[in-house]
Amino acid sequence: MALLTAAAGQSFDEELAGERWDDVRAGLVNLSKRRAVAGFSPSETATFIFSLKKPLFEALNRAYASDPARLSEEIWLASTVLDKLGLLTVDAFQQGREQLILRQQQELLDLSTPVIKLWDAIVAVPLIGTLDSERTQVVMESLLEAIVDNEATIAIIDITGVPTVDTLVAQHLLKTVAAARLMGAECIISGIRPQIAQTIVHLGVDLGEMITKSTLADALRIALAKCDLMVTKSDRRVASRD
Amino acid sequence: MILETIPILKLGKLLLVTIQVDLHDELVLTLQDDLTNKLAVTRSRGVLIDISALEIVDSFIGRSLATIASIAKIMDATTVLVGMRPAVAITLVELGMSLKGIRTALNVDKGMKLLHDAMLEQEAWPSPR
Repeated sequence: MALLTAAAGQSFDEELAGERWDDVRAGLVNLSKRRAVAGFSPSETATFIFSLKKPLFEALNRAYASDPARLSEEIWLASTVLDKLGLLTVDAFQQGREQLILRQQQELLDLSTPVIKLWDAIVAVPLIGTLDSERTQVVMESLLEAIVDNEATIAIIDITGVPTVDTLVAQHLLKTVAAARLMGAECIISGIRPQIAQTIVHLGVDLGEMITKSTLADALRIALAKCDLMVTKSDRRVASRD
Repeated sequence: MILETIPILKLGKLLLVTIQVDLHDELVLTLQDDLTNKLAVTRSRGVLIDISALEIVDSFIGRSLATIASIAKIMDATTVLVGMRPAVAITLVELGMSLKGIRTALNVDKGMKLLHDAMLEQEAWPSPR
């Protein structure tokens, strides 16, 4: 507010382009962006500027009460300036919102594709949400990186959290499996629900030689077997009782 | 012009090919030729191709790798492709080449094990008398 009076006190620049307005503009943009993040609505943010109209016009009225022509000119000028500042806040607000959405989108993308190391040479990706091309790319990249890092020979892709599997999703899955195979790792798809199995067959999607299991546990069991590992029940408790 | 060739090393019963430079079309064809001749001379039963240093592939190189594997198969040798980089794998899949006929492994160590297993399997077959 102090900035505004300082700038306005010097000159009403038609285009708000002068250096004097730089501080005002920067301050407003900053304020609007903060309000966007804090969850204000755009009209609430713009009202901040428009609420200046009343006191400003009243002040002008008082100053030029004796000169109506000058008064209307000054009011017109002040109103133009305030409108421009108002639009500026809305623009900045929108920008702040878009940045927020973009960041959230990226975070969602990163969060939704973790690669988990299940055993020495076994990694798993639990997929949650719909698979589109962009996510497939991220999944594929992170899975392949994990295969290299962990020297994995088996990769389990769990699709329990994927709501629907259509031809496109199936194609993306096939691509991921093919890429993992090229790196020398075998892929197992787990978490195929009854409806999904039906859809896949109805759509006529050919999953080829892909190993599919209904639960992650089954997939882990077969993965361990492929690594020549086995899980046995410990008899420690029985021994301690004796 | 410097004539580049890719070395083919004999390692026991295997042939080891390590590709340390970026492949261009001519180099792949030379490799294909050299490998075929070497297979005939050494009567090796397995070929290990290490492409861990390969950063760029195109459809021709992808197809050539598949061709090399097919040729080796006809010459009674198993081919294992090892050390493919993630970016290369993604590129090949996007190009629609999944190299179905080729065996793959993560690194030379695992590839060697795979080849030994494959060779043991073949030797276990009843030989015709």
